[in-house]
Amino acid sequence: MTAVLTKSTAHSIVEASPRAKTVAGGLVILYAVITILPLLWIVATAFKSQSDAIAYPPKVIFQPTLEGYVNLFTVRTRQTPDFIAKLPPPETWYDKLVRQRDMVIAGPSKVVPRFVNSLIIGFGSTFLAVFLGTLAAYAFSRFRIPLADDLLFFILSTRMMPPVAVAIPIYLMYRQLNLTDTRLGMILLYTAVNVSLAVWLLKGFIDEIPREYEEAALVDGYTRLQALRKVVLPQAVTGIAATAIFCLIFSWNEYAFAVLLTSGEAQTMPPFIPFIIGEGGQDWPAVAAATTLFVVPIVLFTVLLRKHLLRGITFGAVRK
Amino acid sequence: MAQIRVENLRKSFDQFTAVEGSNFTIDDGTFFAMLGPSGCGKTTTLRMIAGLELPTEGKILLDGEDVTFDRASARDIAFVFQLFALYPHMNVAGNIGFPLKCQGMGRGEIRQRVEETARLLRIEHLLSSKTSKLSGGDRQRVALGRAMVRRPKAFLMDEPLGALDAEFRHLMCGELRDLHDRIGATTVYVTHDQLEAMSMADQIAVMNKGRVEQIGSPQEVYDRPASMFVADFIGSPPMNFLQFDSGLRSGDRAVAFHSVSVEVPEIREDRASAPLALGIRPEHIRFADEAPVRGEVFGAEYLGTTQIVTVDTPHGRLAARLPSSASVRIGETVGLEFHSERLALFDVASGLAVRTANEGSVRHG
Repeated sequence: MTAVLTKSTAHSIVEASPRAKTVAGGLVILYAVITILPLLWIVATAFKSQSDAIAYPPKVIFQPTLEGYVNLFTVRTRQTPDFIAKLPPPETWYDKLVRQRDMVIAGPSKVVPRFVNSLIIGFGSTFLAVFLGTLAAYAFSRFRIPLADDLLFFILSTRMMPPVAVAIPIYLMYRQLNLTDTRLGMILLYTAVNVSLAVWLLKGFIDEIPREYEEAALVDGYTRLQALRKVVLPQAVTGIAATAIFCLIFSWNEYAFAVLLTSGEAQTMPPFIPFIIGEGGQDWPAVAAATTLFVVPIVLFTVLLRKHLLRGITFGAVRK
Repeated sequence: MAQIRVENLRKSFDQFTAVEGSNFTIDDGTFFAMLGPSGCGKTTTLRMIAGLELPTEGKILLDGEDVTFDRASARDIAFVFQLFALYPHMNVAGNIGFPLKCQGMGRGEIRQRVEETARLLRIEHLLSSKTSKLSGGDRQRVALGRAMVRRPKAFLMDEPLGALDAEFRHLMCGELRDLHDRIGATTVYVTHDQLEAMSMADQIAVMNKGRVEQIGSPQEVYDRPASMFVADFIGSPPMNFLQFDSGLRSGDRAVAFHSVSVEVPEIREDRASAPLALGIRPEHIRFADEAPVRGEVFGAEYLGTTQIVTVDTPHGRLAARLPSSASVRIGETVGLEFHSERLALFDVASGLAVRTANEGSVRHG
């Protein structure tokens, strides 16, 4: 894209008038507020006490507490005040906090292993999907493949039905293969779902890289694979980054299959979070705390790759 | 450096035949141009020599060795692309050194060779620049550097000047030829621009619709075109054709052009009466009041030292190149005299030239 370097004049066709810019800017800000507000609300709720979290009308100003986070990471039991009084003095600040509520910490909760599951399954399946997708997209883009269009449609068609439609067959299949509630099973499943997206997105990006680059490398003595690695991939980085983000967001947030196929060992965060139960119902501050932590890796990943993402989304995703 | 030989080369894509039975030999050290309109198969032929396409039929020999189905990387040939194909993620030195890196050459030696090449192309000051910051001409030089650095057997160039502006193209033409002479390389140069081919090449292969119509030196191709296509494609304005019907007899020195007898170079073959075309280069026409072939001046185009005058004759329109001092009035009737030794005769049905004394030993491609 070429930047418009001419000064703006009142009648310039290419440059927006100051008023249009103000309106556009206002709309963007409004949209940003609308999307960011729920996120902020969750972050705030994580610091509320249980009663503040469910207060009506909702409290905007409140006494912040780390109770939500402590509850998220621990399992507690209620004790009589006498019992607590007889205990040695609390060793840490969170022991103290829990004892104020007439409870003692019985042990760590399962949030850390669940989070680790999410990381392994999310990043593992993303890596596999992007790796396989890149190879497939390169082949579709460069070689004459019989029935290429049909194959591409077939690949995409795996995305056309809702996951629930295939949930039962997959469940039965996984049970046969002993893949239920395993990390490997979840990685394979998310990879299978994401590969279709990856192939289509990456094919768009690779199509836009002129063949001459590889051909130059081929005549210069490189093999096809070397040319792919040294010439094509460095130029496809943008597309690969954008694709990786999309894949990660999908497998990170996926709920339906996770509920169905994982219950213990391989459970990820999405099915775990809604079942954080406190005394007398949902522990909303703890749920909010879990949600906040759950969002962090995606935000980090996106921020790290944002330079590529911005160009990537406007570049290859638009098919000619 | 190497000799390149192409035997019965054919390439078809599905139903479309891009190259049809090409045969030619490019001698060691020759600057060989493949010239033709777009879609004539010249680039496909070049890509087959490079190994970027596999032929449907035929053979390619490099120094007598059959490389038809060898990988591109195994042929030791360099290719310069029309859009240069400089790697955008590397700087100039990285681009030039890229082919050497593949051979596992040490860093110091690569740097030395890259610098040497850059000096030859006068781009030493650009070695650490990004390729995206370069001008068209400098990109061209980097692309050439990347081709030269490996000292390959032959250079294949696919319209390497096509992306440059006209002024610069002229300059690069000279530079390319100069470079070719200095390294004594075999160069195969594909272009659709007759001026480039004429000014640089030792040998030109004129191609049309997948076939090689004629191979010869620029002079041969210009003075003794083997077919109407070659005559029309080369020269600006192109050769004029005036059609007539007549039979030919070997030894004749004149043809019956409509009711007039026109002197031509001695005819070397017998032919039954058939539609023929008289081929006349614009510069071989003179105005002469008493000449029997007459026409009416339609327009004049002033070009400095010469002018192109278009004349309508009863047998078709002609373009004549006259000195700009000649005064020409539009609408005036003039007599046309042809430089008889330089006329060509063509068989309209086949498009091929009739053999005459002028033709000498012209081969049909």
